[in-house]
Amino acid sequence: MSVARTWRTRRQRYSLVGERCEYCHNAIFPPRDVCPHCAEPAQKEYTMSGRGTVYSYTTVFDPPAGFEAYAPYPVALVKLDEGPMVTAQLTDLDPDDVRIGMPVEMVTRKLSEQGDEGVITYSYKFRERLERQAVAA
Amino acid sequence: MSLENGISLMKPLRPVGIVGYGAYVPRYRLPASEVARVWSGRDAELPIVEKAVAGLDEDTATMSIEAARNALARAGVDPKRIRAVWVGSESHPYAVKPTSTIVAEALDIVPLTQAADWEFACKAGTEAMQAAIAFVGSGMADYALSIGMDTAQGRPGDALEYTAAAGGAAMLLGPAEQSLALIEASLSYVTDTPDFWRRAHAHYPSHGQRFTGEPAYFHHVISAAEMMLEGMGRTAADYRYAVLHQPNSKFPQRAAKQLGFRKEQIETGLLAPIIGNTYAGSSLIGLTAVLDEAQPGDRVLVVSFGSGAGSDAFSLEITGAITTAQRQALTTKEYIERRSEIDYATYARYRGKMLMK
Repeated sequence: MSVARTWRTRRQRYSLVGERCEYCHNAIFPPRDVCPHCAEPAQKEYTMSGRGTVYSYTTVFDPPAGFEAYAPYPVALVKLDEGPMVTAQLTDLDPDDVRIGMPVEMVTRKLSEQGDEGVITYSYKFRERLERQAVAA
Repeated sequence: MSLENGISLMKPLRPVGIVGYGAYVPRYRLPASEVARVWSGRDAELPIVEKAVAGLDEDTATMSIEAARNALARAGVDPKRIRAVWVGSESHPYAVKPTSTIVAEALDIVPLTQAADWEFACKAGTEAMQAAIAFVGSGMADYALSIGMDTAQGRPGDALEYTAAAGGAAMLLGPAEQSLALIEASLSYVTDTPDFWRRAHAHYPSHGQRFTGEPAYFHHVISAAEMMLEGMGRTAADYRYAVLHQPNSKFPQRAAKQLGFRKEQIETGLLAPIIGNTYAGSSLIGLTAVLDEAQPGDRVLVVSFGSGAGSDAFSLEITGAITTAQRQALTTKEYIERRSEIDYATYARYRGKMLMK
């Protein structure tokens, strides 16, 4: 990923900053010029909670350039609680542990590195949701 | 050792406390017996049980972000009011380019904030905390975030490979009246002592073997702790908890005993046996384990140690705000219990110890 693109997308990548449409009130991710639901123009910033569930998944054994160091790794379609569907890597679990419907949460992780001397791209990934004991208490 | 020439403990003009705290420990564990199996035979004396190892996509920036998110969740503070993000580590992902700007951006603290990385071996995190006390205590800022985090490297086969671990903690400092732990006083004790170092382009650190004990760790930790106790007019018995820097299981227990602390005062914050030495994160993550269990009115003594060498000592008093804060994020224990054991080969892959080209 180019330095300029890494920089331009940092907010959506680091913390799932998207938009919420002022007209139809749908959450939008990634942010874009026109609401994909009602075609109204640019929207207000909105940060997703980072919580969602696995809609579907696969395991990447033959990764694209820049991701070789991480293979094999699971990639999922994650349905965010706010509505948008996001394609992202799953992390902190073995490919065999993934299941459809698994509750997940966003974490910010290394996505790729441009060799030993290039810039590091950080981005959202999802891991199985860690539940606090306090929530149950 | 005692305070000399009328030098007193350090106290800011405006009282300061910890308003939020958060820990992070990665998922993977390498048992010390695995290192022994590969390098020194099964009968070797093991300095710890196991150490925490970062995953392939983790580094000091990503781990700092998660710990800081936990600290902010506990504090409930608007990120834009945080005016400093300071990350102490000896494993910053870049030699030049701050880890702290990545953390500040991810937490939406940018752009009206200080951001800098700190380096002082294992006490870089508490060094940042001392500065944060001053930043808040002087009135320059209402909130300052100090982080100690590392993905520590040990040379394959070296004594430090058993213990060099990944993890750490974030401390959000703010006005005492909002704090869950009041910082009563602090003290820094530093000399030029070459016990452990890494030259600019070296991959692994070097150390002075046995020299790392008496003249380095014990001298600085005990001097700083004794001066803190003297300055506060207290003894070890006045503290409910003590957390000392933990390069292994043995050193902090011996230092604590020499200072007069009993086992039950140090065991809550003694994490090295089960997560290893998290370097700049070590004393701070020990403190998070204590804060998870502390009650209002408890006193806590924290003493870090960084090679090179020096110690920062902090005397804390827990306030009534602790009870609500404890429940707002994952506890240190919950992170530690999320445990996936790996063998030496997987560890070698995760830590980049194999020559790929």
